[in-house]
Amino acid sequence: MTTKDATYTYTLRLGDDALILGHRLSELCSRGPILEEDLALTNVALDMIGRAQALLKYAADIEGKGKTDDDIAYRRAEINYCNHLLIEQPNGDFAHTIARQLFVSVFEFLFYTELEKSRDETLAAIASKTIKEIKYHMQHAIDWTLRLGDGTSESHKRMQTAVNDLWMYTGELFEMDEVDAQLMRDGIAVDLIPIKAQWHNDIKTVLNKATLLMPEDTYMQTGSKKGIHTENLGHILSEMQYLQRAYPDATW
Amino acid sequence: MATDTQLDLWEVFIQSKSGLPYIHAGSVHASDNKMAIQNARDIYTRRGEGTSIWVLPSKHIVASNPDDNDMLFDPSNDKVYRHPTFYLMPEGAKNI
Repeated sequence: MTTKDATYTYTLRLGDDALILGHRLSELCSRGPILEEDLALTNVALDMIGRAQALLKYAADIEGKGKTDDDIAYRRAEINYCNHLLIEQPNGDFAHTIARQLFVSVFEFLFYTELEKSRDETLAAIASKTIKEIKYHMQHAIDWTLRLGDGTSESHKRMQTAVNDLWMYTGELFEMDEVDAQLMRDGIAVDLIPIKAQWHNDIKTVLNKATLLMPEDTYMQTGSKKGIHTENLGHILSEMQYLQRAYPDATW
Repeated sequence: MATDTQLDLWEVFIQSKSGLPYIHAGSVHASDNKMAIQNARDIYTRRGEGTSIWVLPSKHIVASNPDDNDMLFDPSNDKVYRHPTFYLMPEGAKNI
């Protein structure tokens, strides 16, 4: 594998995480528990879509086949998406949304802090722009985890259920394959082994403080790097891609 | 008016840049200090409106009573000497 091919796949994976989570969060528009939270979550969605645009545009440039970021976002089949399984999980109740945001944003904070040092200048620049946003996403998710976990018996129960339900999708965040190995040799990719340890520490601290129990590592779901997804991704894509599939090249 | 069930109400003041006064922007709902700042930031400062935010619980605001308007606000208008209109503006001074 050439560095170019590996960088393309690596960038696409990061872009897909941002794209799909951005779409997931945008589903909450007008459905937030209160107006303020509706705006907070859709603001996070906008940050994600902005990041997706930057990453997918870069992926299209690397590929060099004259595609745009929109082509990549709207015209791929499900099997060609490589976002993590955790990202595509449904919003569920508010506790599930927050648990997913907590797991993802703590991971992203650690990951993008390292990616800022990447030898690939474009990825490093995108990382340093996005890290400011991620800090906010993380703070938002941590604060809500504390409020819900250490809140009423009902909110505690729901938050614990959400943490337990989503736990089996967290192992995949730290998987690495030949793309990562190749790019780590080139000083481009982030080593996920130290990040995994730090993530576990950080999540444990938050859950403890929120009076929640850290689930045990049992069976972890996997597959997204090979294009194997949960049934949830297909539903997202059918909605997200409908217009471009039905009316190719439609513009405003 | 229906009872407000969406957490406590806070008033939001935004400073557009350092040195300028904080201007009332509106209100937000929140359960604590931190959430109030975050909600205010999300609602009022996402388009470069400000560089600093104050929030305070609305219940702590003391307001004048509209019934007292005559007593409080009327007496000044008919006395021209209350307004600094008898000075000549120095040349070049813009913001007096």
